Amino acid sequence: MNLSQDDLATLWLTLQLATTVTAILLIVGTPIAWWLARTRSWWKGVVSAVVALPLVLPPTVLGFYLLLAMGPEGAIGQLTQGLGLGTLPFTFWGLVVASVLYSLPFVVQPIQNAMEALGERPLEAAATLRAGPWDRFFTVVVPMARPGFLTAAVLGFAHTVGEFGLVLMIGGNIPGETRVVSVQIYDHVEALDYAHAHGLAAIMVLFSFLVLLGLYGVQRQKGTFGLTYGKNR
Amino acid sequence: MMQYAPVADRDPLPMLLNRWLCLLLTCFLAGTAQGERIDVAVASNFMAPIKELSREFERDSGHNVRLSFGSSGKFYAQIRHGAPFLVFFSADQAKPQALESAGLTVPGSRFTYAIGTLVLWSAKPGFLTNGQERLASGEFNRLALANPRLAPYGVAAIEVLESLKLTAATRPKWVQGENISQTYQFVSTGNADIGFVALSQLQADSSFRDSNGLKASGSSWKVPQTLHRPIRQDAVLLKRGEYSPAARALLEFIRSEKAGAIIVRQGYLLP
Repeated sequence: MNLSQDDLATLWLTLQLATTVTAILLIVGTPIAWWLARTRSWWKGVVSAVVALPLVLPPTVLGFYLLLAMGPEGAIGQLTQGLGLGTLPFTFWGLVVASVLYSLPFVVQPIQNAMEALGERPLEAAATLRAGPWDRFFTVVVPMARPGFLTAAVLGFAHTVGEFGLVLMIGGNIPGETRVVSVQIYDHVEALDYAHAHGLAAIMVLFSFLVLLGLYGVQRQKGTFGLTYGKNR
Repeated sequence: MMQYAPVADRDPLPMLLNRWLCLLLTCFLAGTAQGERIDVAVASNFMAPIKELSREFERDSGHNVRLSFGSSGKFYAQIRHGAPFLVFFSADQAKPQALESAGLTVPGSRFTYAIGTLVLWSAKPGFLTNGQERLASGEFNRLALANPRLAPYGVAAIEVLESLKLTAATRPKWVQGENISQTYQFVSTGNADIGFVALSQLQADSSFRDSNGLKASGSSWKVPQTLHRPIRQDAVLLKRGEYSPAARALLEFIRSEKAGAIIVRQGYLLP
């Protein structure tokens, strides 16, 4: 398989992007999922809908509006410029922000479902043992909802690796900064360089399959434990 | 025995289907009685002109032109794998030539239908009073251009930078669009101060862009044709169109004086 230096750089960049995005998504998504799982507020529907919106919009459309919003005259662009960060399009962190928005539902929903499945009882039991709210969250909720977190991490990671339209719109195809694997494969195909495209695509499929296989394997072992415990059997 | 469908009961279905097909065929023939339908693949950059051209052609000939838009690279792959197009308007010469050597075109049918005009454009008014000077000064945040691997306008942009000996100096500021439309968006949204776009894009209907809150005006520098090789766009009659008089008529029309005037008005040159 003939991979050029450029191809390897795109693979490495994609890994960095997906890992960063997954980490941020778990940190940002967990409180949102917790609030959605517990609240009885009228706002629940509104917030759920907003979180799920990226599922509806085609990535290139979402990308176009992000290009507008993150541009020098857009709302996000004004904010980042005000903070002295410049504008986000055509930068690695621009891709991170866009990917976090784009993959949010894939992370929030599994965690929320796992948390809802816990029910009130383990938390009430922990409270009678004088566990404070933070203690309850980290020693009861997080371990018991672990299958949900795993699924969320897998989906967030996979979705970011496979992302294309969004990166295409706000990336600007800069080597080592925004040129990820999916864009590189697309470029090879468009330039009729099918040999390189096949090689890179094969690696991407194989890698993704192995990552998913590994994580689902772990989830199968821990999942039974977590779920049985969660249902208070 | 009765739980199996009796053989006799199966017959009415094909009969019904037959009647249906006859009806469908009648409708179809009635609908196209005046003309033939031509499926045409067109490179996206030629979208505005071909729409106007095919309207004219349909009115004159009574034929029905069905346009598909996309990148020339995708159309090349699709045509190689049996896409039902009769005519192909490429954004370059390479893809029609490659189809020609693969034996998928009608020999001798390839010709240049338009030559693209490259413009350095900024959404900011007054930013490009002297385009060459602005490029050389390096006083801009980013320079947008179409990916030279994929888009002929990108190749031309690189040639301009080479001619001006500014390739190395500007390279750190390049942002590449996958095609000329994306490059245009990078500039029109203000994310890149300047970019190499097609004159035909600036020529397109300005009211459309205003309603989207984008700036149609700005400032521009029409790049001298001496700084790059001409952006020749070739069309070709595909094998599937070999026995279609309508497809041949369309290509004939594109070469007419009337069509030439439309192509020029939309920001292209004629060969």
